[in-house]
Amino acid sequence: MTEYEAVIGLECHVELSTATKMFCGCRNEFGAPPNTNVCPVCLGHPGSLPVPNREAIRRIITIGLALGSEIAPHSLFHRKNYFYPDMPKNYQISQYDLPICVGGHLDVEVPNGQGSRVGITRVHMEEDTGKTTHGSPSGRIHDADAALVDFNRAGVPLVECVSEPDIRSPEEAGAYLRELRATLESLDVSDVRMEEGSLRCDANVSMRPVGDTELGTKVEIKNMNSMRSLERALAYEISRQTKALETGEPIVQETRHWNEDAGATATMRSKEEAFDYRYFPEPDIPAIEPSAEWIEELRAALPELPRARRERYVAEHGLKDEVVRVLVADRTASGLFEQTASLGADPAAAANWITQDLAGLANKHGAEAAARVTPRHLVDLLALLGDDAISGAGAKQALEDVVETGDDIGAIVERRGLRQVSDSGELGAIVDGVLAEHDDASRKFRDGNESVIGFLVGQVMKASGGSANPKLAQELLRDRLQG
Amino acid sequence: MTELCDLTGDELSTKLRAGEITAVALAESALARREAVDDRVGAFLTPTPEVALERAAELDTYLATGAPQTGVAGIPLALKDVLTTKGIRTTCGSKILETYVPPYDATAWTRLSGAGSVLIGKTNCDEFAMGSSNENSAYGPVHNPWDLDTVPGGSSGGSAAAVAAGMAVWALGTDTGGSVRQPASLTGVVGLKPTYGRISRYGLIAFASSLDTVGTFTRSVRDAATLLGVMAGKDRRDATSLDADVPDFTRGLDDGAAGLRVGVLAEAFGEGVEPDVATSVRAGVDRLASLGAEVGEATLPHAEYALSAYYLIAPSEASSNLARYDGVRYGLRVDGDDSIEMMFRTRGAGFGPEVKRRIMLGTYALSAGYYEAYYGQAQKVRTLILQDYAAAFERFDVLVSPTSPSTAFPIGAKADDPMAMYLNDIFTIPANLGGVPAISVPCGLDGAGLPIGLQLTAKALDESTMFRAAAALESDLDLELRPPLLAAA
Repeated sequence: MTEYEAVIGLECHVELSTATKMFCGCRNEFGAPPNTNVCPVCLGHPGSLPVPNREAIRRIITIGLALGSEIAPHSLFHRKNYFYPDMPKNYQISQYDLPICVGGHLDVEVPNGQGSRVGITRVHMEEDTGKTTHGSPSGRIHDADAALVDFNRAGVPLVECVSEPDIRSPEEAGAYLRELRATLESLDVSDVRMEEGSLRCDANVSMRPVGDTELGTKVEIKNMNSMRSLERALAYEISRQTKALETGEPIVQETRHWNEDAGATATMRSKEEAFDYRYFPEPDIPAIEPSAEWIEELRAALPELPRARRERYVAEHGLKDEVVRVLVADRTASGLFEQTASLGADPAAAANWITQDLAGLANKHGAEAAARVTPRHLVDLLALLGDDAISGAGAKQALEDVVETGDDIGAIVERRGLRQVSDSGELGAIVDGVLAEHDDASRKFRDGNESVIGFLVGQVMKASGGSANPKLAQELLRDRLQG
Repeated sequence: MTELCDLTGDELSTKLRAGEITAVALAESALARREAVDDRVGAFLTPTPEVALERAAELDTYLATGAPQTGVAGIPLALKDVLTTKGIRTTCGSKILETYVPPYDATAWTRLSGAGSVLIGKTNCDEFAMGSSNENSAYGPVHNPWDLDTVPGGSSGGSAAAVAAGMAVWALGTDTGGSVRQPASLTGVVGLKPTYGRISRYGLIAFASSLDTVGTFTRSVRDAATLLGVMAGKDRRDATSLDADVPDFTRGLDDGAAGLRVGVLAEAFGEGVEPDVATSVRAGVDRLASLGAEVGEATLPHAEYALSAYYLIAPSEASSNLARYDGVRYGLRVDGDDSIEMMFRTRGAGFGPEVKRRIMLGTYALSAGYYEAYYGQAQKVRTLILQDYAAAFERFDVLVSPTSPSTAFPIGAKADDPMAMYLNDIFTIPANLGGVPAISVPCGLDGAGLPIGLQLTAKALDESTMFRAAAALESDLDLELRPPLLAAA
């Protein structure tokens, strides 16, 4: 039987987090009350004109440089014409045959797999649309009696990054998107939040017999709103197309919609229904011609990119690959790590605490609360642990307390009584008391049943109100029982 | 009888400065003229008498302090109804914007207003500036004050007629393919289309963005120079506005034509040009020669393709520019079962036939598979015309042609023949494609007593030389141009 391989290309849309919109002075912010960040330009009022935002151009050039694109010395905006109620001008200002960034690549690492290089076709600049809500008791479109449009998002700078069809699996697609997100995050150009729509992704998927070089019929998939749904949708689509090929059903060139609840894709529009966008050069905006000096200035100012950072963490701190991958995928985490390590904390311990315990707390309490944890907190916490002044369990409690209150570690340890009794005199008195009380247990130990030591340590912990250093308690017990 | 409203802006500014007249008296004079004649002319869609009188009174108070005064302060101005005015209805001569009140002022008007200009009203025009006779207005035609049975030209017919009949001392229009110069020619006034980008397009409701310019109607070349000086210059709200020095355009107006190199466009005197027009324009050229200009024969070899190129580029851009009128955010809304049907119905009811024709033309020209053959080819013609101008301006300072092949024609005469109508702009369109400045100056009357215009074109940003040639001709001809409508009054 023929074996098929998937050929996948991704088109990612990234909203830039500039202070103002792409072509007007309106504020660019998520979550403002509807239609409060609008003006004649982004509402498409008659006679208004778009003026490109220089900061947005700077950011897309930076993105292109990070992806190894050629920055075009001459690029044009085009109008993409189609009617949609939430698009104020009924055309989108976008780019067509002369994008700002041409070519490039992104090196990605598939978990438990090998690295691969995904080509970038182009990165271009455009504007976002408004948002339509269909007002009806059921919230469903077909019995809606009103369509409400919020134009706050209209005109927000949007970067489209188109990959080559170099991706072969859902996991690789996920790795690509994660790497792209980490790269954009390191450039500080976008919030890259899929759940808020500041990072969106469509996929083109086709199948072909392994070994073939010709491309099969391509299907576009839309509406994948998270990393997970991207991978799920691709897995579904690959299996759907493979089954079709195996049963001799034709693959239709079309756009399909991913339904998260149903876990399936469904036809949205066929090739025949595809729009003719009637692209033509935007006459209201002169060509974008960044100077070579400016481009070089931006190249020189590029920050350390995720790949370089991962390599450095391994080389400098000897961290493990999995830890590094998790750490570098999140800019907040890697920033916290860097500062904690630079204050003298053990890098491996810091990395573990950040990627495991703190990540868990961020899930439980939210990222905002987790952001209360400062490098100083971690340094203090690791120092106390190193000195055995607190237990591992105590440290976990202390960290959760920081997330909840933001208090100093010292204050928390005092307030919660987490400091371990590590003074052999003080603890010795408690140990003596426990041994006196549990005569049989002592006897059993002396008779060779060493496992009873766990019970005795537990009793010491109980008697000390949990503050005893268990290691020291065991040592003292053994000393007395064997001595 | 000549009244205040019949004088030039320059004459009136001098009188205001000297305290001989007040801005209120001047505004009242223009308002009275409108009351007297506009029921027959139809130049205004939205007169603004209260706004004008209030503003004039403020200016009188200000002028009485002896404070410095601009050349436009206190002088009544009419605006073509495609230029946005904050709080004042702006219709584009279309049903689709019948109720539209813009939330902002066009930059051209902002600058004039800031210099003390007095807005007297918004003028009639062809719908979305598409037309050459003003018959395409949804609010009825404009009648030419020289002969009420004829058209005033278009698309800025209302502004032209208002200035010709003294209802405004001067007015703004817009010129995409001749929409200022052709009506100026047909109504016996001076019509200026500056270099593309000289005046901000912000607030000029777009017809064809790469061709649209704000232009002026005045009773003298000097007045055109004055208005241009106030409006010209980079505007941060229009990325295509030019960041070029703005000279004092009124300087050198009296330097005469001696030594100017004048190129006569031979091809502009051929078939289709009315004999009286050709004769009058040639006589104008002879006058320039007699004033010491060096006259030679010039050519724009690709100008014969200009009309075809224009009728691909302009409708293409228009089809996109006019897509925003969908009933969602402003203007007319005709309800439908869903938003798409609402949009279809709104556009079906809101646009007139010529606008629909051009939207269809443009949509077709931009369609997949046709783009290269139509829009792409037209852009190549445009490049060739730019090269033609570059070559011509190596030899000449200004080029001369008739503004329009004919004088004013009867209302209805060409209404059913779009091709005949489009040919009105055959001499004006090349300047829009080339982005160069051009001006129409009256050069005589035809056998029927209707005005004829002579067009002068100069290289980009060289309005000063063009004004100098135009002023020399104007001063030498010294025409007394008063429409019969006013003589009878």
